[in-house]
Amino acid sequence: MLAAIFDLNSPDHYLHWGFILISLANFLVVIAMLVLFVLALTVPFVHDRRRHRSVGPGSQGHTRALSTETSESVTPVGPSHARADLGDPFGSEHALWTTRLRRLWLRWLPPEKLLPDSQPAYVASWIYVFGVLTLAGLVVAIASGAVLALEGPIWWHESSVGLFVNSLHMWSVECFMAFMAIHLWGKFWMASWRGKRALTWMTGAVAFLVSVFEAFTGYLSQTNFDSQWIAFESKDAMNGAGLGAFFNTMNFGQALMLHIVFVPLVLVAIVGIHIVMVRLRGVSHPIEAHPEHLEPAGTNGTGAVSTRSSGLEGSGGTAPHLAESIVDATGAQL
Amino acid sequence: MRERRREDASTWRGPVRRYDILKEATIAIVVVLVLTVSLAVLFSSPDVAPVTLQAWASAQPKGFTEIALRELEDTSTSATYGPPYNHGTGFLQQFYGVSIQHAIGVTDPIDPARAFVLDPLDTVTGQPRLTSALDRYAAAPRATRTAWLHSYGKAIAAARLAGPSLEVPSAHYGPVGEMLGAFLGMARSGGLDAELVEHAPFYVTNYTNPILFLGDSAVAQPNSYWNEIVSAQHLQGTQWGMMNETGSWPGQPWLWLYTMWYQVEPMRTSHNGDLEVIVIMTVLSLGLVFVPFIPGLRDLPRMVPIHRLVWKSYYRTRRQETPGTTNGPAEPT
Repeated sequence: MLAAIFDLNSPDHYLHWGFILISLANFLVVIAMLVLFVLALTVPFVHDRRRHRSVGPGSQGHTRALSTETSESVTPVGPSHARADLGDPFGSEHALWTTRLRRLWLRWLPPEKLLPDSQPAYVASWIYVFGVLTLAGLVVAIASGAVLALEGPIWWHESSVGLFVNSLHMWSVECFMAFMAIHLWGKFWMASWRGKRALTWMTGAVAFLVSVFEAFTGYLSQTNFDSQWIAFESKDAMNGAGLGAFFNTMNFGQALMLHIVFVPLVLVAIVGIHIVMVRLRGVSHPIEAHPEHLEPAGTNGTGAVSTRSSGLEGSGGTAPHLAESIVDATGAQL
Repeated sequence: MRERRREDASTWRGPVRRYDILKEATIAIVVVLVLTVSLAVLFSSPDVAPVTLQAWASAQPKGFTEIALRELEDTSTSATYGPPYNHGTGFLQQFYGVSIQHAIGVTDPIDPARAFVLDPLDTVTGQPRLTSALDRYAAAPRATRTAWLHSYGKAIAAARLAGPSLEVPSAHYGPVGEMLGAFLGMARSGGLDAELVEHAPFYVTNYTNPILFLGDSAVAQPNSYWNEIVSAQHLQGTQWGMMNETGSWPGQPWLWLYTMWYQVEPMRTSHNGDLEVIVIMTVLSLGLVFVPFIPGLRDLPRMVPIHRLVWKSYYRTRRQETPGTTNGPAEPT
């Protein structure tokens, strides 16, 4: 099978100097690397002609020009922390992508929201616990699956330790799926998509569907009777839907790669977005909550609950009331 | 409606309480770890060895040979399946005249006669009679081959076991008897299991051929070796098989809705049952994802007061207090 313009299947030429024996192909790769190295050291770098800043032992938070090309490059600013709060030490008019992303992130998801130390008092039901239990199940499933992956797909058939790790993997998946289903039922009956939380619900639902597929590829990857029968039985659905051209359930290698690489990446990404949305929007308040417990949308901008650090300290007259209302308890929110 | 939307979008300004998210996550992981370790110690996990062609050929040599004959005749399930393996129509499915399976076409071409029977036999060396039989079969016109296969099909009905081999009464089946006899011997020795795997004999990961070959017996022979094992484990499609597991372990209970559709008409007996179930599940999955935007469904939680159980302490506290005047502490929970 030839899938290239140049056929390199013919025997290579070899260069021989003393004890050194190297193929021409390898030699060319080494030469290319050396040329790139020399070019990287010698070719003049593209200068940012706008501004430069130096922060070193001598500058003490002040800037000075690195470039002497233009006087505009000198940008004296105050103490570094003063501008660092703004997120861009070079001035907002030249915000970097990284700076912009950081600013956006801090505006939408400040640390007190990402790692809160308070939550609404109505979060007082065991049903709230199943979100974080689902995450814990996922963590244990990934960890046990990683151990199985390290030893290879056949290990657990031949080793008692492997069988135990496989058992951990299987039961963590059973727990993960069960907790997720209960979490989903609970969130449905709470109508948790209310108040700009549709994306939170949707990412959760997609995470559930992706998890079903992840579990399915796991069953196909067991290399035992189960995977053999499930591969045969499920192929008709895949083929009937036209998916058989892209996913062959009887191709163990494909199923395993999907199970341990691609689908977990997608699942973790979706779960990550889901968690960020939960932290961003907070949990939905009770249906028919008392009007005096609610602040009309637009005042806060995100619809999320105030936290101790932001809500209590920064909300003026409301803060003392909220401070009084904090009660000592533990609970779950995700 | 507008008032309700405004209320939904409101920010919570009611009572709050202390909450340690990291402590909660740590406790959750410890709880799940303890739970899974306990379950693993108590119940372990299922591991039934896969069915081999060797086991099948040894247990049911006649049934095995009959399926091999069907492969040569191009009448097996695999031979008549359709896309993505060939241009047959046996398992070609459509939904209201639309067939994505047909539109995508043959992407993994498989000729079962060659891939399952003739190619493995070609690898056998040191058997001049078999080599001669294969040469004769390859050189014969299609009509002659068909006549031989038809004759062998009649003769095998009266076959009987004689020790390790299958004695098929003599008839005009040409080289087919020699070929299928050698094929049975190859399978019983275990050689066929390795030969059927794609990219064999080294670094194998694709088991399409052996599973399809084995599966041909599951479709054509209700009492085939594989069917008997599968039925005993309660894994047949008619037994809600996809969600079950071998032994007494839990399997994939989250597939209950998917497997349920296969048990009800018209999907249960429909030629397009798989596709119909996929369509139903796709619609239901989209419905799940888009619940927030589906009138009626999204209003269900307001109509069924299960939420009263979730927030019962809040509603109880609200009844007891006059938030507008006191905004006092919440009930400790």
